[in-house]
Amino acid sequence: MLKEVTSKLRDTAILLKANALLLLLTLSLFTAGAYAAESLPVVSSMPWWGWALSLFVTCFFLGIVAVPSGVGGGVLFVPIVGGFFPFHLDFVRGAGLLVALASALAAGPSLLRGGLADLRLALPLAVLASASSIAGAMVGLAIPANVVQIALGGTILGIVTLMAMAKKSEFPEVAAPDKLSLALSMNGIFHDAAQNKKIAWQVHRTPIGLMLFIGIGFLAGLFGMGAGWANVPVLNLLMGAPLKVSAGTSSFILTLVDSSAAWIYLNKGAVLAIIAVPSVIGMMLGALIGARLLHVLKASVVRKMVISLLLFAGLRALLKGLGIWV
Amino acid sequence: MSNVEKDSFISVEQQRYATWLSWGARSGLVILILSFLAYVFGWLPARIPLEQMPNVWNLSTHEYLHQTGAPTGWHWFTMVGQGDFAGLLGIAWLSGCSLLCLLVVMPIYAQRKDWIFVALCVIALLVQLLAASGILTVGH
Repeated sequence: MLKEVTSKLRDTAILLKANALLLLLTLSLFTAGAYAAESLPVVSSMPWWGWALSLFVTCFFLGIVAVPSGVGGGVLFVPIVGGFFPFHLDFVRGAGLLVALASALAAGPSLLRGGLADLRLALPLAVLASASSIAGAMVGLAIPANVVQIALGGTILGIVTLMAMAKKSEFPEVAAPDKLSLALSMNGIFHDAAQNKKIAWQVHRTPIGLMLFIGIGFLAGLFGMGAGWANVPVLNLLMGAPLKVSAGTSSFILTLVDSSAAWIYLNKGAVLAIIAVPSVIGMMLGALIGARLLHVLKASVVRKMVISLLLFAGLRALLKGLGIWV
Repeated sequence: MSNVEKDSFISVEQQRYATWLSWGARSGLVILILSFLAYVFGWLPARIPLEQMPNVWNLSTHEYLHQTGAPTGWHWFTMVGQGDFAGLLGIAWLSGCSLLCLLVVMPIYAQRKDWIFVALCVIALLVQLLAASGILTVGH
């Protein structure tokens, strides 16, 4: 009995510590953002290394919350860094793609080896999304920044709605695969560690899924965000892939989609190492910590915090684009 | 369940893709970090001094290119001896490492006469090469 009470108290203490850490991270993020917003003159008085360091610290925190909240780093990076740092949106989108790409590349091999990402499921979708991401990147770099800001703000608010409303299905029911998925053998078996058993899966509604991935790729290239927020619902809720396979395959698809778009930004001169590299390293280190905190942090709390953060960043992007809050 | 049994349902091509992707990603990150250190610590001279970056990173790419004369397309590769462009080496490597992975799985699909997936790999390669080629130009 005493042991049970002690154990419960210990758990509560861990939870309190974790939530306190989370609160600290949130405050730091908003403080960094507020400081950056105050320091937005065209020519900043802060030295280059101050901005690079702020960017690294911000991305480190974003990386920590990105893992437990289940969103990719790119979707947090572009609106937050675009809204509160003095960099032009072109460079932020270029760096955002690389943040999403590096995270996907780091996770890709183990996801493939573990069967949580499936090459046969991913390739047809990735081919279409890669091609459309090139178009998205070209459009994004051709239209005025304020138009991109407005569209980004609208999209982020859409993502917030999707995150708040969307349901998930651990193992969706797929009565029979469609003809296309059958022809492409888009099915498989994965080992679910939680249940310690092999689970066979297949998909349906493949033609609609392929069409939607064209749109998803376009948005990924246009805004420089990873597109996990859209990939997972399409794979899981529409096509019927198990949730873990959807999340893993989505991450793997980004290795191809984001690299196509990244080349366009790189060739156009829209990638600055001083912005991209601290972001990539900060986000990856943060994600390592985030993965370790996954068992301690309360995912629902982190998710709510990230939704609030995205809501704020989305409104900021929208108002910035409209010239109301510059 | 033994590892062999657990891994047995992961296809050969998927395992090969994973191995190459793993090496590509790791080496890319090493190149990225080393070239960035060379840039920020001044081991390589920078075309645009770091102190001047805050004056140009708020410009659109069009204005940035106009003011700094920075190269577009693959011209940066000829300036890789300069810190700011050396930093792009790791980025290009990370963006391009999937090309090798696609190349190494194609023979497996071909051996199995899985021509649809051979074609998909070829299309994916062409898309990546088109994006990387620099022939697609855009401007404000």
